[in-house]
Amino acid sequence: MERSTVLIAVFAALIAALGLVPKFTLAFGVPITAQSLGIMLCGTVLGAKRGGAATLLFVVLTLAGLPLLAGGRGGLGLLSGPSVGFIIGFPIAAFVTGWVMERVQTNVLTSSFIASFMGGVIALYIPGVIGMALVLDKSLVATFGLVSAFVIGDLVKVAICGFVTQAIYRAQPDKVLSRA
Amino acid sequence: MLTLTAPQKTIFHEFSAGQKLLALCVVSTALFQIESLIVLACLTFAGVALYLSQGLSFAKFGAHMLWPLWPFVLIIGLYHGITNDIEAGGEIILRMLIAVALANLVTMTTPLNDMIDVLMRLLRPLNWIGISTKPVALTIALFIRFIPTLIERGITMHAALRARSTGKSGWRIVVPLTLSVLNDAEHVANALRARGGVGTNDEG
Repeated sequence: MERSTVLIAVFAALIAALGLVPKFTLAFGVPITAQSLGIMLCGTVLGAKRGGAATLLFVVLTLAGLPLLAGGRGGLGLLSGPSVGFIIGFPIAAFVTGWVMERVQTNVLTSSFIASFMGGVIALYIPGVIGMALVLDKSLVATFGLVSAFVIGDLVKVAICGFVTQAIYRAQPDKVLSRA
Repeated sequence: MLTLTAPQKTIFHEFSAGQKLLALCVVSTALFQIESLIVLACLTFAGVALYLSQGLSFAKFGAHMLWPLWPFVLIIGLYHGITNDIEAGGEIILRMLIAVALANLVTMTTPLNDMIDVLMRLLRPLNWIGISTKPVALTIALFIRFIPTLIERGITMHAALRARSTGKSGWRIVVPLTLSVLNDAEHVANALRARGGVGTNDEG
């Protein structure tokens, strides 16, 4: 009980920290934030329930007024803006990542790739694109075209998430609760 | 920017967080039913007036809060400019700006504590069916406490990496940062357990 409570709190804080620590730069110089990496890690490390809860905590407090979203954004305006689907999709993404991670029992690296792709890309972009299409009053296809550039960044994060999860599993296997 | 709440007291501080949230729900729902550019333009003026009525610096802060929307305004403007459907484009842009500005108004004039109080009140029915909300309050407190700690640690690790490596790939700190977080969690959980646990009974 204590362990779950604390893990949920500190991983929510980890998502915040990863969004605010100075930019993570890709090899070709595109600055990306690691916030969605944090959300994927919640799933691959903590599993579906705890990972989803940590991300939900992060989202709820961000909406309540903490400026924790990458770029220092936050507040209720997020629910009226074009990013609404992505905000709502964050906890879903973490939950799906954890759910897949708990079920795909190959080696940790492969499982993490599959899980963070299913959760952090597929399960995140479905509500994300729907929300943006509604606010901007455009078709789903047009909206996806608009955000497709970001998919590349997220695929890179899927790869990083896999290697990070594997490194954590090697260092402290008992801490990767999705495998415990 | 450390906070999203406005530094000055406004007339909106007079209302409770619950009242403001309820009003925001009603107004936002109604707003998405309006399909007249003229009505939306009038509402935009009313919104600007509402912000300006609380002073110029408050209005400036409000404008600053809306700034992240500029890429969307640009894209919608360009799209509808090209397709020559400026009225529809104007509606979409104005509706989005008003909706976000109103929601921001609630965020800017409501202290975080009041928002958390509303949240806990909304969760209270869980107590009636035997689920304690006490761990939720503790989790929120721990979360807020850990944010500055982890940001600081991330910056320190980043500086250490920069001092030792010529590469720029900052994602390398994610592994040690996550491991340190997992170890912290273990220590804090033990400390909590030693002091009586998070308490699942629902007295208070």
